[in-house]
Amino acid sequence: MATAEKFSGVEAKMNSQRRALAQSGTRQNARRMLRRLLFSEYFILYISIAYFLILAIFKPALYQPANLSNMLANAWPLFAIATGQTFVLLIGGIDLSQTSVMAMTSVAGAVVMVESASATVLERSPLWGHLLTEEGGVLAGSAYAVAAAVLVMLLIGMFIGLLNGIAVARFNMPAFMVTLVSMTFFSAVAIYLTQSENIRGIPESFLKLGNGDIISLYVGEKASKITRRDILSFITYPALISMALGFVGHILLTRTVLGRQIYAVGANRAAAAVSGVPVKRVIVLVFVISGFCAAVASILYTARLEAGRPTLGENLLLDVVGAAVIGGTSLFGGKGKIHWTFMGVLFFVLLSNSLNLLNLSAFYIDMVKGGIILLAALTDVTRTRLLAREA
Amino acid sequence: MTDTILEFREITKTFFGVHALHDISLVVPRGHILGLIGQNGAGKSTLMNILGGVIRPDGGEMLLDGAPYQPRSASDATRARIAFIHQELNLFTNLSIAENLFIDALPRRKPLPLIDRGTIRRRTEELLDSVGLAVAPNTMVEKLSPGERQLVEIMKALSIDANIIIFDEPTTSLTARETEQLFGIIERLRAAGKTMIYISHILGDVMDIADDIAVLRDGELVAQGPKDDFDVSRMIALMVGRNLEQLYPIRETEPSDDVLMDVQNVCQTGIVEDINFTLRKGEVLGVFGLMGSGRTELARLLFGLDEFGTGEVRLNGGSTYNVGVSDSIKNQIAFVTENRREEGLLMEMPIADNLALVSLSQFKQRMTQFIRQDDLAQAAQDVTATLQIKCGNIASQPAKSLSGGNQQKVVIAKWLMSRPSIFIMDEPTRGIDVGAKYEIYSIINDLAGQGTGILFISSELEELMGMCDRILVMSRGEIRGEFARRDFNKENILRSAFREENGHESL
Repeated sequence: MATAEKFSGVEAKMNSQRRALAQSGTRQNARRMLRRLLFSEYFILYISIAYFLILAIFKPALYQPANLSNMLANAWPLFAIATGQTFVLLIGGIDLSQTSVMAMTSVAGAVVMVESASATVLERSPLWGHLLTEEGGVLAGSAYAVAAAVLVMLLIGMFIGLLNGIAVARFNMPAFMVTLVSMTFFSAVAIYLTQSENIRGIPESFLKLGNGDIISLYVGEKASKITRRDILSFITYPALISMALGFVGHILLTRTVLGRQIYAVGANRAAAAVSGVPVKRVIVLVFVISGFCAAVASILYTARLEAGRPTLGENLLLDVVGAAVIGGTSLFGGKGKIHWTFMGVLFFVLLSNSLNLLNLSAFYIDMVKGGIILLAALTDVTRTRLLAREA
Repeated sequence: MTDTILEFREITKTFFGVHALHDISLVVPRGHILGLIGQNGAGKSTLMNILGGVIRPDGGEMLLDGAPYQPRSASDATRARIAFIHQELNLFTNLSIAENLFIDALPRRKPLPLIDRGTIRRRTEELLDSVGLAVAPNTMVEKLSPGERQLVEIMKALSIDANIIIFDEPTTSLTARETEQLFGIIERLRAAGKTMIYISHILGDVMDIADDIAVLRDGELVAQGPKDDFDVSRMIALMVGRNLEQLYPIRETEPSDDVLMDVQNVCQTGIVEDINFTLRKGEVLGVFGLMGSGRTELARLLFGLDEFGTGEVRLNGGSTYNVGVSDSIKNQIAFVTENRREEGLLMEMPIADNLALVSLSQFKQRMTQFIRQDDLAQAAQDVTATLQIKCGNIASQPAKSLSGGNQQKVVIAKWLMSRPSIFIMDEPTRGIDVGAKYEIYSIINDLAGQGTGILFISSELEELMGMCDRILVMSRGEIRGEFARRDFNKENILRSAFREENGHESL
């Protein structure tokens, strides 16, 4: 008995030692986990998930199917533009004109395809009576109207991108200045063309691009009649279009010569030029891609809003650049990936959505968003410094 | 006052368990110039950083004027009147000379918070005088040549009345004349009783100006003593730890008679004038010239980077020559630029991406235009092995993490992947240590052996004389002389470079 007690005493001591060891082990493991998290390229995704889970406790509305569907619907057009922005950021540039591309193309597309227009609203437009009449737009009623409108929108987007690209590449002007000017200019043109009015009367088949869906759900009580409002879309046309665009962008960057050249120009323009990279052509192409992506986003928004809108995308710039940068794309060029941008977009959409749910006013939302971007930039700098110390 | 101004005692420093410095004990006599040599990574910078208070030793101590000296920051070193003149100059190019000199302690008009410009101007003028620089104190530093900037650094050292001045590779970006001028100033500083530590890869210079020499290798002090105990070949042997039989590997092959590149009457106003030469298969053709002689400009123009004026270039006995970088690459011309950081490498990007850059279009799938990733990775791996680039995983390790010699090998390797028949190399061994230089020379010889024609541009005449079949001498944009191997003569070549062939002036 006595010996047994003695032994059990030893045993207890050993146990406590073992526990201490195990504890320090778990602490080390935890620290290693934390490091892995912080240095992971999916850092922002983890943050988004954590943010979602924590907030879901306080705001159950966050994970209601209706809200999730809404969030996704907001993410797709943003992802399309941000994909284009990522290309420009990769060469160390920035494209501020994307929002004006959206406004311009939205108006132009509407002018091509609308089926009717209201004189009382659009009378003062300089297009009234020529391109736009009571009977609608240029190709009103034609079977090709929608296809032509989409084509015109994409071409205009690429054309504005081309102008930007030529100014930056050939005349060596800073991208910031060039695109700031084209943002102001083309936004003004769009507003002038419609005298700040929306053009309604978009054909039904075009609207499909914004609200068509493939998989949608009805969650709710059994009822004999389900209204359209209650059906929630998950896999929609915008989702497919945006995903396809992102996928092509990803393949372009990772699998093609142009992709490699884009990274090279962003990392070191002079070295790229010496190595035979057609630097100017790469720069021009990148801006054309950016304009194209903005036009795609414009198609999605125009269809969703059911109008050609000269102020489309007005307040979107922060979200676009913010999403790309939060995803990890560097403003100095040479570093960035499309799937990073996608994570950034998800984070941004989640952030806006949750701030809306908290019933904050628009001003607060913008203030918080600004703060978050600053924080993201700070995190990036810190991570880079820590990584450098590791090496 | 003792005769020893500075003493290191058993200084030891480890980084991540590796000895960067091991038991270094070194005495620097007052008023002497100590030449400190060693390969990259031998511990020179670590030792100097300890002296400068940037890092602290793990063991050992330093004595300054016989008293313990434990700097905790760079300003402690400044207070102890120790000044550093770095390889990469630490000047604000957007400020004037005067502002640069007094940036850390701008004199004020007490009690106002205004800068006392008069005092600064007067002090700066004195300092400018003392280094013999004839410019105004308010000249912007960006307008100064590298040599003049060096002088501003020295003025900075003088402005704190430094007793010990450390020169770290001061001549890398200087012209021959500026180097002479620098040595003149070092002599004057010596006469004024200053103690100096001179770090350089150019062993001839070290021999010329140092009183004592200390050799570091792998963190250990392998030799020290008065310079008379040393000669260049002994220094090299000590640095690399083995006897390099010679500085330059022997090439077994002879150039053939086939002309690869025939340059005729190439002119570009203000840059180069009436350039004529041929480059043959398997030939190493040297181009020697002082800084500003037009050697780099000629290379850039031939490669299609800069505007081509008039004249004609024929490749392989007649095929057309188009001016433009991508055409040059199609014509199998490669160009190693003189400045690998700015024009050679994508520093932040992985080694593999750097290697792939030139030959990307050769790795396209015909149908899809996608890159054949596996083939490309294999080719990159092969060339890494061929050139013995010392690195970890080429797909993830960034180029900036490599040593200078290995970075240079990456630049050469990326061109090798496009299988060039003509290699233009501008200063391929600049800023790399003796061992790496030998490897680069061996690569050049191998290339020539395989029939590649090499245009080897350098400002180090010794290496050209050691490596080339012929040397062209450039001065003020024209070719002043051509020397075949049997006529190599240092004095004649230099005379030609200085345009003093007739011997009016001696060098």
